[in-house]
This record gives sequence, structure tokens and C-alpha cells, in this order.
Amino acid sequence: MEALVASAVGVMTAAGIFLILRRRTFPVILGLSLLTYAVNVFLFATGRLALDAPAVLNKYEEVPYTDPLPQALVLTAIVISFGMTAVIVMISLSAYLSAKDDHIDMTAHDSVDAPGDDA
Amino acid sequence: MNHWIVAPIVLPAILAPFIIMVLRYHLDLQRIFSVAGVVALLGIALTITAQAAGGDIQVYELGNWPAPFGIVLVLDRLSAMMVLLTALLALPIVLYAIASGWDDRGKHFHALFHFQLMGVCGAFLTGDAFNLFVFFEVLLIASYGLMTHGGGSVRLKAGVQYVAYNLLGSTLFLFALGTLYAVAGTLNMADMAARVADLPSDDTALLRVGAVLLLLVFCIKAAVLPLHFWLPASYASAPLPVAALFAIMTKVGAYSILRMYTLGFGPEVEATQGLVGTWLQPAALVTLAVGAIGILGSQHIARMVAFCAITSMGTLLIAISLFTETATAAALYYVYHSTLATALMFLVADLVMERRGGAITPTAPMPQTGLISALFFVGAIAMAGMPPLSGFIGKLLVLDAARDAPDVTAIWAVILIGSFVTIVGLARAGSLIFWKSHDVQHNTERDPENEEDITAPPAPEPNPGLAFTAVFAMAMGLVLLTLFAGPALEYTNKTAEQLFTPENYISAVLGGDT
Repeated sequence: MEALVASAVGVMTAAGIFLILRRRTFPVILGLSLLTYAVNVFLFATGRLALDAPAVLNKYEEVPYTDPLPQALVLTAIVISFGMTAVIVMISLSAYLSAKDDHIDMTAHDSVDAPGDDA
Repeated sequence: MNHWIVAPIVLPAILAPFIIMVLRYHLDLQRIFSVAGVVALLGIALTITAQAAGGDIQVYELGNWPAPFGIVLVLDRLSAMMVLLTALLALPIVLYAIASGWDDRGKHFHALFHFQLMGVCGAFLTGDAFNLFVFFEVLLIASYGLMTHGGGSVRLKAGVQYVAYNLLGSTLFLFALGTLYAVAGTLNMADMAARVADLPSDDTALLRVGAVLLLLVFCIKAAVLPLHFWLPASYASAPLPVAALFAIMTKVGAYSILRMYTLGFGPEVEATQGLVGTWLQPAALVTLAVGAIGILGSQHIARMVAFCAITSMGTLLIAISLFTETATAAALYYVYHSTLATALMFLVADLVMERRGGAITPTAPMPQTGLISALFFVGAIAMAGMPPLSGFIGKLLVLDAARDAPDVTAIWAVILIGSFVTIVGLARAGSLIFWKSHDVQHNTERDPENEEDITAPPAPEPNPGLAFTAVFAMAMGLVLLTLFAGPALEYTNKTAEQLFTPENYISAVLGGDT
């Protein structure tokens, strides 16, 4: 169980880092999504892994329970990363459509002097 | 509970959706509400600063859940002065954005502006590490919108880089928080500090990993070398009034370093020993050096000012990394100075770019060249740290605080030579843009027939009077900071004293039972 979760986090992080080092926006966005998946699983595991345990305390008997706080954190992290991914997709789409080019790096051609000031 | 503490977050949080939903098609009303909101924020900030000045640490429990179970907002001298700085910075910028018509070049400028203010104020006030992450995201998502405000392919392209880099930073932040939670079992900053202090020594490896990751995240926000790559392109391509507002964003990173590392991860804790001194200090020195070289090498005024922002972050982080009370007091004074000076330079750069483009080459004289060059001169003096403005006092304090440090020679050499290179770079840019333009050879392109049109061309701003008032207000802030350096320093000294007795903070948050 631990090995499975740990390797899942590791593999997703590695794949994510590989992808964000690419030069076009699409793989970079995919890489960022993979990284956020990795961090979500990681956050989930920070409350220790417990199988078949409810996330609430039972005050009448001693039963195993799992830490509910990481689950709340993961929920927040999922919502935020989902929103952010939508934002970067929209911004890179409009960058692609206005520049006719989906390279993520700025070339010497893109001088700061011409940011379509009065567009 | 004192409800003033939550007001700097609630006010923009209500105003921004109101602007976006109700005033969507009424730019004039948006402007009125936006300015009124910023003025109200300034009033609130002054109130809470007056409350915090007494030295009490006040805690606001959201939903009345006691710490460490609920989220708390904490008002101490540091958070109050940072909120005040945010409000002071926002007012001239919003006036300038209105006067220059920047808010009309895209949609939803004012709503995004207030969301940004909400994120910044929240990050300064929160006492919970995960809540800090959430407010970082609030300010970042607003900054994505502001950064690409007005559109244009270069700006959008720089925006993609900026968003991708910051998403990466956010992911790293979550990894750091996850690690710290796994070790300490809490996300409340005060509780975490209390638990870190008496952690068994076997667990310190993981704690150190978490602290290093957290430092990396804050260094990304603060644009410390080698994590500064996002800054020059993003700031130079953003609308420059927005870049002026972003001057506070790098300070959020510096604030977070100061907060977290004075509270719980200081040099006295074995697990995080040497983190600030050994790692941050050389990075800050190199940041300052590279920033100064960048100023000298820039071919474009916006890029040059972006490098000015990097140099000022370098000086600030040198002071923070010394990690003594006097150095922190100096750093806090320098925060005020460098934020206002950077914002002033960005606004002046915008005035220049609107008139003649940003390239640092001589061209025909622009309208109002005398007034703008005077403002540039003031900004450059402040930025380079020459007397008589507050930059001189700030740098002097930092140098003085470094007197007893082991690396005093390196620090003095880097700051002094860095300042010198900054002066040369700014003087070069200023003389090329403002003086060389009056050379005879550049005036030959004038058409004598239309001499009258050229001598008095219209200003590009719809309301140049208000635009100049806003920029002068920013310069006035620097003058006031110089004139009232005594009271300001007294306040920052007390703030540093408060920061270096974290026990008070911890007992205030946890109800004194630790």
C-alpha cells in the first residue's frame, strides 16, 4: 500500500516535471496537471494511510479512524488546481490564437516593446 | 473579538463581485466604487495599524472556532504595517490607472484589482499556513487576469509563462505544507511553531525538507536568484500600472519568510539551522548583483525597472537573512521604501512608454518631458539609494545592521558596488531617454511646417492632470517616509522586537495555555 502510493506520487511527479520542461504549451499544461494530481495524492497520504476507516471519531467505542483534515485540504487543492488549469488553458489558447505560435519560450522576436498596447 | 481585523479582507471580497456583477457595463460607476473602496481600505488599514501599535497581538477566530482547530487571523505590528502599505500603494495606482485609461483597455480591471487586494491583505493577516496558500492563490489568480489585461500577443505569451511558473510554485507550496503537516500534525502557524520546538530529533529530517521547500516557494514569490526568471519578462510585459501593484507581491514572499522563520523555523531550532543564514544570504547577494547588472544591460525601460525590483528584493532579503533585531527593523523600513520606489518607477516608465515607446534610445523629445524627467530623477535617486531620499536611509540602516555579521565585507561590497552600478545604469537610461533627445541630430526629423504641433502635442492620457497627481503622490510618499524616518523607525524597531519574541504570538493565538 505505502509502496504503491509512494511510487504513484513519484512517477506522476517525474512525468510531470518531464512534461513541463517541454517547449510547447500543451505538454506543459499536461505536466502541470500531472503534478497537481501527484500533490493531491501526496496530501491525501500526509494524514497517514488507513484502510476502511471512517473520517469521524466514534465516541462510543474505540474504532480506527482516518485523519479528516488532509481530505479537506485535498478538496481545496483540487478545486484550486482545477480552476488554475482552466485559467492557463484559456490564456495559452488566446496566446496561441493571437501569436499563431504555441511555443512557451519568448523569442528575441517578441520584444517587450510591442505588447499590442492599444489593442 | 475585534471585527476590524477581518475588514481588509471582507471589504474587497464584497466590492469586487459587486463591481463585476452590478456595475459590469458602467465604467464610471466602477471607477467611483473602486476608488471609494481603496480609500475605505486605507481608512481600515490606518485603524488597525493604530490598534496594533500598542503592541497587543489580537486574534480573530473565523467562525469562532478556537485555534488550532479553526482558522485564525492575527493582527500584530508586522501584519498591520503591511496592510497599510498595501492600501497606501493601491490608492495612487488606481487613480493612475483611471487617469491613464488603462482600466478601459480590457474588461474587469477594477474587480480584479480588488480581488488582488483581498489576496494580499489576507496573506498578511492570516495565521494559518494553509490559509496562506489559499490567499496566495487568490492574489495569483487575480494577478493572472491583471497581467494579461489589455491583451496583445507578447503580453499573453508572457502571461502563459507567468501562470505556468506560479502554478509550479503553488504545487511546491502544497508539497511543503503536506510535509509539514505530516510532521507537525497542524497547519496553524503558532501551533506548528510550538510543536516544532519540542519535536523529537528523529523527525527533524522530514521537517527540514518541509522548511526548505517552504523557503523555496517564498523565494519564488520574492524573485530570489536563481528563481527569479519569471519576473523581468512578466513585469515588463504586464500593463505597467499593474506591475506597480505587483511591487507588493514580491514583498508578500519576503513577509512570509520573515513570518514563518521568526516564528518557528529560526536558527535556534536545530532542524532548520542555517537555512536562512547559509542559503538565503548568498542567494540574496547574488540577486542584488544580477539585478544591478540587469539594470545596466536593459534595452527597454520596463525591463530596467523590473530589474530595479529585483535589486531592491536583493537588498531586502540580505537584511532579512541577517536575522537580527536591528537588521529586521532596517528590512521593514526598506520594505516601505522599496515598494513605493519600485511602484513610482513603474508609473514613470508607463508615462514614458505611452509617449515614445520604451526603448532606451534617443528619439525626438516627448510631451511633458521636463516633468517626467524630474519624476524619473526622483525615482532613480530613491531606487539607487542616494541622499536625500529614503533609499539612502534604508540602505544605511541595512549596512549598519550588517556591521557585526561574519560576512560583513561581502555584504558591504555587494550593496555598495550594486548601488553604484544601479546609479550608472539609471543615469545611462535617463540621459539617453531625456537628454539625448534634445540633441540637434535627433531634432532634424522635425517638420518645420508643423512646429507648433510638435512643441505642444497632446498628452496620451485622457486625464493627464490626475495621472501626474497620482505619480506625484507616490513620490510624496517617499518624501514623507524620509521626513518621518524617526517615527517610522521607532515603529519598525518595536515590530522587530515583537517578531523576535514569538512566545507572545504563540500564546496569543493558542490562548495562553502553552
